[in-house]
Amino acid sequence: MALYSEKVMDHFRNPRNVGIIENADGVGEVGNAKCGDIMKIYLKIENDIIVDVKFETFGCGSAIASSSMATELIKGKAVSEALTLTNKAVVEALDGLPAHKLHCSVLAEEAIKKALQDYYEKNGIEYDHAQFPDCESCGHCCEG
Amino acid sequence: MIYLDNAATTKMSKTAIDAMLPFMDKIYGNPSSLHSAGQEANEALYNARERIARVLGCEAREITFTSGGSEADNQAIISAARIGERQGKKHIISTAIEHHAVLHTLDRLKKEGFEITLLNVGENGIIEPNKVKEAIREDTCLVTVMYANNEIGTIQPIKQIGEICRQKGVLFHTDAVQAVGHIKIDVKEQNIDMLSLSAHKFHGPKGVGALYAKKGIRLTNLIDGGAQERGKRAGTENIPAIMGMAAALEEAVGNIDCNAKKLTVLRDKLINGLSTIPHSVLNGDTTKRLPGNVNFCFEGIEGESLLLLLDDRGVCASSGSACTSGSLDPSHVLLAIGRVHDIAHGSLRLSLSEENTEQEIDYTIKAVTEVVAYLRSISPVWRDLENGKQEFIIK
Repeated sequence: MALYSEKVMDHFRNPRNVGIIENADGVGEVGNAKCGDIMKIYLKIENDIIVDVKFETFGCGSAIASSSMATELIKGKAVSEALTLTNKAVVEALDGLPAHKLHCSVLAEEAIKKALQDYYEKNGIEYDHAQFPDCESCGHCCEG
Repeated sequence: MIYLDNAATTKMSKTAIDAMLPFMDKIYGNPSSLHSAGQEANEALYNARERIARVLGCEAREITFTSGGSEADNQAIISAARIGERQGKKHIISTAIEHHAVLHTLDRLKKEGFEITLLNVGENGIIEPNKVKEAIREDTCLVTVMYANNEIGTIQPIKQIGEICRQKGVLFHTDAVQAVGHIKIDVKEQNIDMLSLSAHKFHGPKGVGALYAKKGIRLTNLIDGGAQERGKRAGTENIPAIMGMAAALEEAVGNIDCNAKKLTVLRDKLINGLSTIPHSVLNGDTTKRLPGNVNFCFEGIEGESLLLLLDDRGVCASSGSACTSGSLDPSHVLLAIGRVHDIAHGSLRLSLSEENTEQEIDYTIKAVTEVVAYLRSISPVWRDLENGKQEFIIK
């Protein structure tokens, strides 16, 4: 059996929404190079709708595929809807990830939340802090 | 397909396959049986043992057949530990860059109360023989240093380390899994007391290897049962595999100079080609390295995605990134030679065989260069490096 599903390989080989957005309305970066994964999400938001989203990822195949899928899942959605994106939804949309790669989907969820939080902060919009993770998912790995 | 993962395993040679076939359907007796079918197999087994011993420069009775390199490493280390224990010696010296078959066996002994000293290697991945000398104590029962590293290909000064151990009266084992069949080895001349080898690293079959242990070294059984292998390794001998191993080893050693010469040319061409990629670095020594080993780190990218995209282009390779090692940390070998985590994640190992061609090397240089450039183009780390937000680690 192959390590990754066809869906994962498709998003890895042909990632959607790769790149950056100049003067983005929200930017979120999570992970660190020490752990081997960094994701950066750029959002363009108009009238509370995510009209464009781009990403850059340093990481393994599933990290790139998770970023690509996550951007697809929030593109064109309302900010409030994008906020409900879970790592589980990313995994399901990718037809599954190997158990030891699930953290890649968590990273994708966190990167999007962080970009949305940045959008709220930049625009002085009140928001519920409890909705956002206060730690970086990568804190658990790579001791030393 | 361009197969550049020969340090993982090799394609079996026709010589090895041909040597195995008769032992599957014609000479299939059990060497322990007294009838003629069994005795025919027993003779073949004896003959294979003699041929392997001749190649290594030892006696047939000093060879124990095992299921592979890992078992041979386990048995060598455990045996030396038991010998030491009986003399009240419970200190073992090894290096930080050993294979896990060695490191995890040492971990097990540590839990039993052995003290383990793991010596550091230099940035080129080579150990100073003097460091071994300084580390040897009254209660040292074993020094185990790999002959050649499986990841970065560095070749250790085995003869000198063996000499030091001889002088100090300490047993010396070497995991020579990557070296046998690729570089010249003579256990007597190089002062080696124990040596592990694995057939599938030199175009022999998988699941078979051998442990050389100098006469007088009492081996401890890992597998109990029948009296096979002079009572030191129970289980009916895997005769077809052993015959394939003997044939493959003779063939590899017979062509060793010619193969090394050809491989070194291809290796250096590949190293020179990949060196032109900006912010890349060769891991390991430039000359004291296996003729077929190439290992690089590329800053700003991660190894698994590099492997997958190379695979899409038909190139089979390997990496020391955490994602490919199945753990959270990248390769312990790359960390030991001073590569930081960020860099070690972006490593690539290409291990050649004499079947590779110059055209394949040209293609691979182009493929790696393009894939690295692509992955950098989508990497936020690379963007920060290029924008000067972060400093390059590899200049």
